[in-house]
Amino acid sequence: MTTATTFVGSSVKRVEDPEFITGSGTYLDDIKLPGMAHMAILHSPHAHARIRGIDTSKAQQHPGVLAVFTGKDTAGINPLPCAWQAGGVENHVNTPHVLASDEVRYVGDAVAVVVAEDPYTARDALELIEVDYEPLPAVVDPEKATQEGAPQLHENAPNNVCMRWTAGNQEATDRAFEQAEVVVKQRLVNQRLIPTAMETRGAIGSYNPGTGEFTIWMTSQAPHVMKLLLAAFVLNVPENKIRCISPDVGGGFGSKIFCYADMALVAFASRQLGRPVKYVEDRTENYQWTTHGRDHVTYAEIAGTRDGRITGLRVRTYANLGAYLSTIAPGIPTTLYGRMVPGVYKIPATFVEVLGVYTDTAMVDAYRGAGRPEAAYLIERMVDLFAREVGMDPAEVRRRNFVPPNEFPHDNGVGMLPYDSGEYEKALNRALELSGYPEFRREQEEARRQGRLLGVGLSSYVEVCGVAPSAWIGLNGQGWGAGLWESANVRVHLTGKAVVTTGTSPHGQGHATTFAQLVADELGVPMEDVIVEHGDTQGTPFGFGTYGSRSLAVGGSAILRSTAKIREKARKLAAHMLEASEEDVVWENGRFTVRGSPESARTIPEIALAAATGYSLPEGMEPYLDETSYYDPPNCTFPFGTHVCMVEVDRDTGETRLVRYVAVDDVGNVINPMIVDGQLHGGIVQGVAQAMWEQGVYTEDGQLVTGSLMDYALPKASMLPNFELDRTVTPTNVNAMGAKGAGEAGTIAATPAVVNAVMDALAPLGIRHLDMPLAPEKVWHAIQERSASQKEER
Amino acid sequence: MATRETSKVPVNLDINGEQYDVLVEPRRTLLDCLREDLGLTGTKRVCDVGNCGACTVIADGRTGYSCLMLAVESEGLKITTIEGLAGEDGLHPVQQAFIQEDALQCGFCTPGQVLSVVSLLERNSDPSDEEIRLAVSGNLCRCGAYPKIFRAARTAAQIMSSK
Ligand code: FES
Ligand code: FES
Repeated sequence: MTTATTFVGSSVKRVEDPEFITGSGTYLDDIKLPGMAHMAILHSPHAHARIRGIDTSKAQQHPGVLAVFTGKDTAGINPLPCAWQAGGVENHVNTPHVLASDEVRYVGDAVAVVVAEDPYTARDALELIEVDYEPLPAVVDPEKATQEGAPQLHENAPNNVCMRWTAGNQEATDRAFEQAEVVVKQRLVNQRLIPTAMETRGAIGSYNPGTGEFTIWMTSQAPHVMKLLLAAFVLNVPENKIRCISPDVGGGFGSKIFCYADMALVAFASRQLGRPVKYVEDRTENYQWTTHGRDHVTYAEIAGTRDGRITGLRVRTYANLGAYLSTIAPGIPTTLYGRMVPGVYKIPATFVEVLGVYTDTAMVDAYRGAGRPEAAYLIERMVDLFAREVGMDPAEVRRRNFVPPNEFPHDNGVGMLPYDSGEYEKALNRALELSGYPEFRREQEEARRQGRLLGVGLSSYVEVCGVAPSAWIGLNGQGWGAGLWESANVRVHLTGKAVVTTGTSPHGQGHATTFAQLVADELGVPMEDVIVEHGDTQGTPFGFGTYGSRSLAVGGSAILRSTAKIREKARKLAAHMLEASEEDVVWENGRFTVRGSPESARTIPEIALAAATGYSLPEGMEPYLDETSYYDPPNCTFPFGTHVCMVEVDRDTGETRLVRYVAVDDVGNVINPMIVDGQLHGGIVQGVAQAMWEQGVYTEDGQLVTGSLMDYALPKASMLPNFELDRTVTPTNVNAMGAKGAGEAGTIAATPAVVNAVMDALAPLGIRHLDMPLAPEKVWHAIQERSASQKEER
Repeated sequence: MATRETSKVPVNLDINGEQYDVLVEPRRTLLDCLREDLGLTGTKRVCDVGNCGACTVIADGRTGYSCLMLAVESEGLKITTIEGLAGEDGLHPVQQAFIQEDALQCGFCTPGQVLSVVSLLERNSDPSDEEIRLAVSGNLCRCGAYPKIFRAARTAAQIMSSK
C-alpha cells in the first residue's frame, strides 16, 4: 500500500488514547519495583525560621522505618542548580539544598526524610521527628520585600533583590513620555498561580551497586536535562551512570520541567539502603513546594496621542521568585516577559525594568505561558485603559497600532528575536466578525440604558514559541546555561516498521500521534507502522524536553531532518535496486519511482529490508535506515491571534457570567487540528481561570492559605461556557512545516480578554481597574463603593 | 504499640465481576486497596480527600470516591473500575466516545470522568446538557478538556441508544 500525504493536516485520533482510556497507562505512582521502599518528606511549617536542632531518634525506632535522613546526612549533595541565570542574577544566586539544615525560608522547605517499608509508615514516622525551630520574621509580598527594614532571606541579596534587569531604550522612552499628549498609568497585579497538575510529582531512585548506575523514574517534562543536572551539578555522578525515565506524565504545565530535591533524595536513599526508593508527593505537598507561577506587581505607563497612537511604554515589575531560584526562574520575567511586553504593537519607545525578588514563599518558575501571559496581560490591559482615556473603541486603537504585515521580520525594541510573521489585523477582523462585535456594542448600549452590565473584552496577543536558537538563548545571550536545540532519531526496521525517538517529553500533548503523522507522510507508510518513543534517556539522543511550545516547531523539525536523511539514503539504495541512475529516481506518492517508468517503484519498507539485510548495497553504503539529527532553530516562532470575551456582570451579586468566548488563533500550519483545538481549549480554561477564580494566597506571615483543592479555585466543568474556535493561517518560514506552536496560546490570550470584558461591563460605574481574580465578592464591593459615591456626587 | 500485621483484617471484594480476598488494615481506603494490593492502578489518586473525582468507581450502580471509601466497608458491593469497562467486544461506548471526541489529554483524570459518564448513562440514557454537567461536576480536569468531555457524553448516549 502506498500512502500519499494524507495524515498531516487531518484530525487523526490519538494513538495515546486506548491506553489511557482503559486505565492501563503507566504513570509514576503505578510503578512497583521489587524490594521498593517508600520515602516521605518533612516540610517546614514555618515561613522563616532557624533550625536549632533536629531529633530523629523516635522516628528511627518506629517499626517499619528503614532510615531517617536530615541535612547533615545529605551534606555531600550540592544545592539544586539554577540553569537560567539571566542578566543581573550573577552574584545573588541562592538555590535550595535538598534538605535545609540551618534555616528554612518558606512553608514547604524540606528538612528531613523518612524511608520505610510502606508509604503510611513513612508518613506516620514524620510526626515523630522533632525539629527545634526559632521562628524569624517573614515577608511574602515582592514589593514589600524590597523595602527598607524588610526581613532578609539571603546575605548575598540585599533588600531581597536577586536581580535588576532592564531592556529597551530608557532615554527615548522618557522623552516619549515627556512629549506625550496622553499618559495612562496603572498598577497591575498578576497574581500567584499554582499549576496543580492532576498527577502530583514524584520520583523513584534505584541504585545498582554492581555497576554504580542510578536509574531515576520521574514525573518530568525534561528527563535528559534532569540527567545532566543531577549528574553534573547535584549528585556529582558521571553523566553516563544516570538514566532518567519519564513514564506517562499526568500534566505538567511547566511545574514538571524543574530539578527538585526529591529526585536527588530518592537516588541518595537508594544508594544508602541498597533498595529502590519511591517518593510521591501528596496534594498538600504539591501545593506547598512544587513551583508556583506568575506573581508580579507592575507599575505600567503608556504614552500616546489623542488620536490613539501609542508612542511609549514604561514598565517596572517586581517579580516574586520565591525563597530560592528554581531551575529556570530568572529567565521567565526577563527573556520571556520583559522582551515581550510590546506585544503586537509598533511602539516607538519601550523601557522595561524587572526586579527579581526573594520572598518567604514557594519558588516561582514557569507556569503555562511562562512570562508571556504576564506580558500579554500587561499590554492588553494598558491598551484598553488607553483606549478608554482617548475615548476610542479598543478594537480601533488596536488596529491603529498593530505591526503591519509588510513589516516582518519585526524588531520589537526590547531585545526579542525578530517576530517571524503576522497578520494581526486579519485575526482581529475575523474575531470581531465571528463574535458579532458591532451588534454586541449596540446590544450593550441598550442594556446599559436598562442598567444591565454587559461587557466585551478583546485580547490581541503574540507569543514566542519554539524556543530557541542556542546562540541567542545561551550563556552569552539570555543566560540559559545550555542550548535549546532538539534531537530525533528515526529508524526503519527490516520489516518496514519505524521507530521515532524524540528528545521532547510529552505529558498530554499527543506527540505520539502528531509525530507519527509527520513520519508516516514522509516515509510513505501507514501511521500504525510508526511508533514514537520518548522519556527514557537510555539509548536515546539528548534532548531538552517539552515546554515553551517547542516540541513541534523544534522537536518536529529534528524529526523531519532525520526522515530527510533516511529518504536521501533510501533514494540511493532505490536507484541501486532499480538499476537506475540516482538523478532519475523521484519520490512520488509515497514511494520512489524511476522518472518516466512509474511501474518501477520501491517503497520505504522494501528499501528498509534491503538496507537491513545488507546483501546488496551500493559501494560504501552502511546497512540499515537509521538516522539521528540535532536541530537548532534559526529563530523562535511567534503565534498570534485575537480572543473576544463577552460577559454580563450581575449588579446585585458581583457575579460574572461568561456569555460568549470566541478565539481566533494563528499558530501557523496545523498538523492535527483536533489536537491543536484541544490544546487551545485547555489553555483558554486556564487563562479564564486566572482572570476569574485562581489565586495562590499566603498570609502576611507566610502560611499558605490555598493549600488544597478545596481552597485553590480550580475551574470545574460547570463554570465554563462553550468556546468558539477559529483560525487564520500565517505560516512561518522558521521551520519546514510552517508550524508555530499551540500549547500556551490559549492561556496567554484568555486572561486579558476576560478582564477587559469585565472592566468594560463596569465602565458605566466609573470603575477603571480591578486586580484579578475577579471573584464576585471583589466585584460586588467595587460596585457598592462606586454606587455609594455616585449617589453622593448627585 | 501493636504492629501493623496483627491489625489486618480479611475482606472479600467484588471488583469487575471477580472475587478478591485480601488482608487489609481497617484504615486502608478502597483506593489504596485497588492500587496497592490488587494492582488495579487505573483508578487514580489526585487529592486523596474527596475533592477531585479522579478515584471514582461505580459501587452498586452509584459513583463513589474510592479515596473516601474504606476497603472493609466495600465488602458486598459490586464495584466497577476503569479496568472493568472494556469487554470481549472491545471498548465501552463511553470509552469510544472519549476517543472520538478527543476528551482526554494527559489521561490522569480520565478514568474518573469515564466512570462518571458511564454511571450517568446507566441511570439516564438521554441526559440533558445540565444533567451531564452535573454528572461530571465532581471530576476535575486540569488539562481543561471539559467542552470535549460534554461532547463525548452526548456522543456516548447516541452510540448506546443506537445499539
Ligand atoms: S483522589 Fe479521591 S476524590 Fe480526589
Ligand atoms: S486529561 Fe489531564 S487532567 Fe484531564
